[in-house]
Amino acid sequence: MSMFGFRISPSSTIDLDKVDRNRFKKLCALEPDASKCMACGSCSATCSASEFSGMSVRKVLLCLQQGREKEAYAMMSSCMLCGKCLMVCPRGINTRHLILSISRIYGKEESI
Amino acid sequence: MNEIVVIIGGGIAGLEAARQLLALGHSPIVIEKSDHLGGHVADWHKLFPDMKPAKDIVDELVSSSKDANIFLHTEISFINRLKDRYNIMLSNGISITSRYILFTTGFRLFDAAKKEEYGYGVYNQVITNQDLEKWFNTSKDSRIDNSAMKAVGFVHCVGSRDEKARNTQCSKVCCITAIKQAIELKEKFPDAEIYCFYMDLRLFGKKFEDFYIKAQRDCGIHFIRGRVSEVSENIDGKVIVKAEDTLAGRPMKVTLDLLVLMSGMVCNPDSTRVAGMMSLPIDSDGFLRSTDNVSRNTVSPKNGIFYAGACTGPKTVPETLAEARSAVLEIHNSIISRR
Ligand SMILES: Cc1cc2nc3c(=O)[nH]c(=O)nc-3n(C[C@H](O)[C@H](O)[C@H](O)COP(=O)(O)OP(=O)(O)OC[C@H]3O[C@@H](n4cnc5c(N)ncnc54)[C@H](O)[C@@H]3O)c2cc1C
Ligand code: SF4
Ligand code: SF4
Ligand code: SF4
Repeated sequence: MSMFGFRISPSSTIDLDKVDRNRFKKLCALEPDASKCMACGSCSATCSASEFSGMSVRKVLLCLQQGREKEAYAMMSSCMLCGKCLMVCPRGINTRHLILSISRIYGKEESI
Repeated sequence: MNEIVVIIGGGIAGLEAARQLLALGHSPIVIEKSDHLGGHVADWHKLFPDMKPAKDIVDELVSSSKDANIFLHTEISFINRLKDRYNIMLSNGISITSRYILFTTGFRLFDAAKKEEYGYGVYNQVITNQDLEKWFNTSKDSRIDNSAMKAVGFVHCVGSRDEKARNTQCSKVCCITAIKQAIELKEKFPDAEIYCFYMDLRLFGKKFEDFYIKAQRDCGIHFIRGRVSEVSENIDGKVIVKAEDTLAGRPMKVTLDLLVLMSGMVCNPDSTRVAGMMSLPIDSDGFLRSTDNVSRNTVSPKNGIFYAGACTGPKTVPETLAEARSAVLEIHNSIISRR
């Protein structure tokens, strides 16, 4: 079939019923501010890694809340921990510390 | 000095105005269509931003305006303009002559059944913000099953910011009401996942943003940027909600035990009907039109006719009360200047 250009695309729908929230809850216990993000985008706009890699604290948090952990983790690998995002976040989230905590919690898990 | 002022509508605006007019030595007459005073606020449970019981506010207002002449179950049959005053005929056969009429006819809640895609009146698990407030007060609503409350959704902007629903205005109070109600539900059902589907969060008032932060940080309420497009029911009697998560740029679905529609504040046909008797102008949003929306909000273009509260547009309780006082001052000044 692929010769004719037909194929079944995987669904891009986010199914909130299937999200496993355990790790995100663990993260919030350690970093209560993780759920305070209001998606303003200041962090991504200032991030020096963002231009080249698409790194965005906003997107990482969104992905984690939706169970898209692999995506989040892949983005984070280009973070240089420079802390610029921390300077600009209007919600006062310690984003640099948050990134370290995410690595700690999610990095350990084999499954992601 | 004593002057009769006819107040149409016994909601909080009407009661506050009556109380202030009494304090200034005038004789307010309150005409209320329904069987109770307090208007919509009499149906609410706790008020943002301080979670003060709505009943306390209504009780205070009712007791401090009790010396006014109050007619319940009464409507305006017709109004004639005499030389410098109005002749107001009531549905109970009484007629009143007065130089001053104050409209405090309030708003009407958008009829959520008009947004068919949300399934109000079709699916049993779909209720409105008003139904939820009533349930907080009475614990009675067959659609709310205490034992099965694992996932709840709130739909913002139902019948507001919607040209198809013929209401382009933002109803202003429903974002904060949704957040307030989401927190209250989370406190009752700590294990439930709660979702708010919003287009913008419009949290303009004192301490409103604090509610938002509390909902996010302390209650773990999920905020999803996207308007619910469609609601359907599954075989287990739960509702499936579809929306786009516009931050992720992806479609999203979730199964819920309860869906709360944040019906907006729209113009009250009871208000426009009476305004029509005096050819008062209607603003482009359907609410009564003030002389000036910046500096003369409580003044109508006709002599002796004033407005206060949600009859000129969506308002919070403190804004409504402030307008009632401001309208009374306009009336009082006008009375004094005649002498
Ligand atoms: C779901 C919801 C929750 C809210 N919660 C809050 C909150 O927590 N805090 C807050 O600050 N604000 C809140 N508000 C806003 C609040 O309800 C309004 O500010 C308030 O009701 C406005 O009062 P009003 O007297 O102008 O109008 P209304 O409350 O609408 O009262 C109008 C009265 O006039 C009567 N009437 C109308 N037409 C006629 C007529 N022709 N003849 C005789 N009588 C008539 C009606 O029967 C009614 O009693 C909420 C609003 C909604 C929709
Ligand atoms: S700490 Fe990481 S995410 Fe933040 S600005 Fe620096 S590189 Fe970007
Ligand atoms: S700057 Fe802070 S609030 Fe804004 S998107 Fe980034 S993490 Fe979220
Ligand atoms: S206050 Fe919020 S929910 Fe209500 S109409 Fe405005 S944006 Fe929509």
